[in-house]
Amino acid sequence: MSAPNRPIPAFDRQGELSQSERIDVAMRSFVRDFGWTAALHVESCVRCGLCAEACHFYRATGDAKYTPALKLEPIRRAYFREVGPFAPIVRALDLVPRPTTGDLERWQELVYDSCNMCGRCTLVCPMGIDIAELVRDMRHGMFVAGLVPERLALMDRAARQWGSTATPGEDLPDILAEVSERYGVAIPCDLDRADMLVTAAPAELTEHTKALAGAAKILDRAGVRWTMHREGFDASNVGFNNGDVELQERLTRALIDTAVKIGAKTVLLPECGHAYGAARWEAGKWYAGEVPVRVIHMTEFLDESLAAGKIRVRRIGESATFHDPCQIVRRGGLEAAARRVLAALGFELRELQDHGVTGFCCGGGGGVVSNVRSAPLRARVFEMKKAQVEATGAKHFVTSCGQCRITLEQGAKATQWTKSPESLLELVADNLVD
Amino acid sequence: MTLLEFARGPALAFAIAVFLLGSAWRLWTIFRLPRLADRSPAREGAASPAAGALHAIVRAMWPRRSFARWTHFLTLNGYVFHVGLAVVFFGYAPHIAFVRRLTGLSWPAFPDPVMYVAAGVTIVSLLFALLWRLTDPVRKTLSTADDTISWTVTFLPLLTGMAATSEPSAAILARDHAIYTTALSIHLLSAELLLVWFPFGKLMHAVLFAFSRGASGIRLSHRGVNV
Repeated sequence: MSAPNRPIPAFDRQGELSQSERIDVAMRSFVRDFGWTAALHVESCVRCGLCAEACHFYRATGDAKYTPALKLEPIRRAYFREVGPFAPIVRALDLVPRPTTGDLERWQELVYDSCNMCGRCTLVCPMGIDIAELVRDMRHGMFVAGLVPERLALMDRAARQWGSTATPGEDLPDILAEVSERYGVAIPCDLDRADMLVTAAPAELTEHTKALAGAAKILDRAGVRWTMHREGFDASNVGFNNGDVELQERLTRALIDTAVKIGAKTVLLPECGHAYGAARWEAGKWYAGEVPVRVIHMTEFLDESLAAGKIRVRRIGESATFHDPCQIVRRGGLEAAARRVLAALGFELRELQDHGVTGFCCGGGGGVVSNVRSAPLRARVFEMKKAQVEATGAKHFVTSCGQCRITLEQGAKATQWTKSPESLLELVADNLVD
Repeated sequence: MTLLEFARGPALAFAIAVFLLGSAWRLWTIFRLPRLADRSPAREGAASPAAGALHAIVRAMWPRRSFARWTHFLTLNGYVFHVGLAVVFFGYAPHIAFVRRLTGLSWPAFPDPVMYVAAGVTIVSLLFALLWRLTDPVRKTLSTADDTISWTVTFLPLLTGMAATSEPSAAILARDHAIYTTALSIHLLSAELLLVWFPFGKLMHAVLFAFSRGASGIRLSHRGVNV
């Protein structure tokens, strides 16, 4: 495979590793991540390029360098040189070149700025290759090599120090008190015992506090004995996005161990896609037997509470379209749950042209929304989503992921688009009836 | 030893040995790796791993509606040359006779005109695939030497087979010896080249596709994703 055809000026470095050390640690990480599923997926690629047609970054730009299969090139080379069936011959004859630091620097843009790990490419691949998962493995190697976009590295350092990218844990009670006062709803914090540990996304502690207040309102109405807790409150898991496995484990354990400590049976995740990916599907890596608590997404909680009659909502009776967050729907299996909640709200659902498991990503997932240098690319992806939303003619534009909301809000602001994405959670909270 | 005796004897034995041992080795080196088990609890009501794998294997036979507009040509062309190759290899009477001599197995052949059309369509389809790979920016960016080699070793047996076919199947099979020995030898050697390359390049996807699709099917069905 050839390198991206244009020089890419944008890459950052962290740490003091030499060039060769960066390569060595990245290669070791790539190799360590190969189980037989990853190996099958690297081995099976026939380079048909169909994955490009599924990728919003390729579709928005037409630039071949955004082809998902190409994003895997360094890890492909690591596989065939170090793990593959003929690795000694490949190395001896240099049939597959060893990645250089220059390669990894160039690929930084492809795996961090222009991949949301949304997995749409997996669905179009005739070999069923899970490219999103391999990009995640690539990020592990890029992180240990100190080749992460600086903005993400900064968030990583904050989360290592505070357990959150938003605020240190000791400030949580004050933030929750402010939100309580502003919205007139109690938000319990640091209770010794509770049935449910409720967590937040960083935005819910800053600009999306209404969502947190809405969650509190719904939880109280559903009669849940719940609390937030300063020892485990931020579910967004920047370690998962950055490829920092050690941090990912720490942040995941903070949630689950805190829940166990207070006797909670359930960890409720906020409207955040990657929080769901990290805690629901990856927590098992660190709990040898079984994850000791149930981990659910806010959409599941709303769906279950409505189905059980624990909460009831007023029927809005207007048209709505729904943006499917990739980690919650395509990678998380909650396609039907969100639609049941929308139906309970009495919406006439007008589906986007691409919806459900084949819906386009917002363009901000996987940390891309926080990566300032990818803003121009995100703007082009936003235009695709905007066109699909407008084509529905729906009055409401709803989603169930705070990161998607932020991305879409940024896109709307940049294009003076009057439509603003609404939170499914907030719609339920605003329309609760006795 | 004549060229034909070489092609039918040691060259064939070597090619089959490389094909079988190489393929087995490649599979073993994949499955000797650890199985990084998914320890998360499955979605309530999720399909079993076997059902998830099987569904994904079948579902990937044709692109979803969302992708259809962008992928139909490549998908259709892929089907044409895959089915064409299978028809040409398994349906042509002299090929069946060749397999019967080796294994004792045989089955009914397609009529010669069907074979000529199948071979012609397959050749055109493979040429389309090559053209697409050489001209389309995405395919050009992704391509490696493996793509060129795999295309060549797939195309050559078709080309040499057409060159070796100068009379009806019935006439060829009625004789107890070949008369166009050089053309036949080259055809056999080109097919053997394909067998030798098979374990080393992307032709192996003929075996790997089911495992690869199935692995994703297991992962996503565990999560309750409607793949």
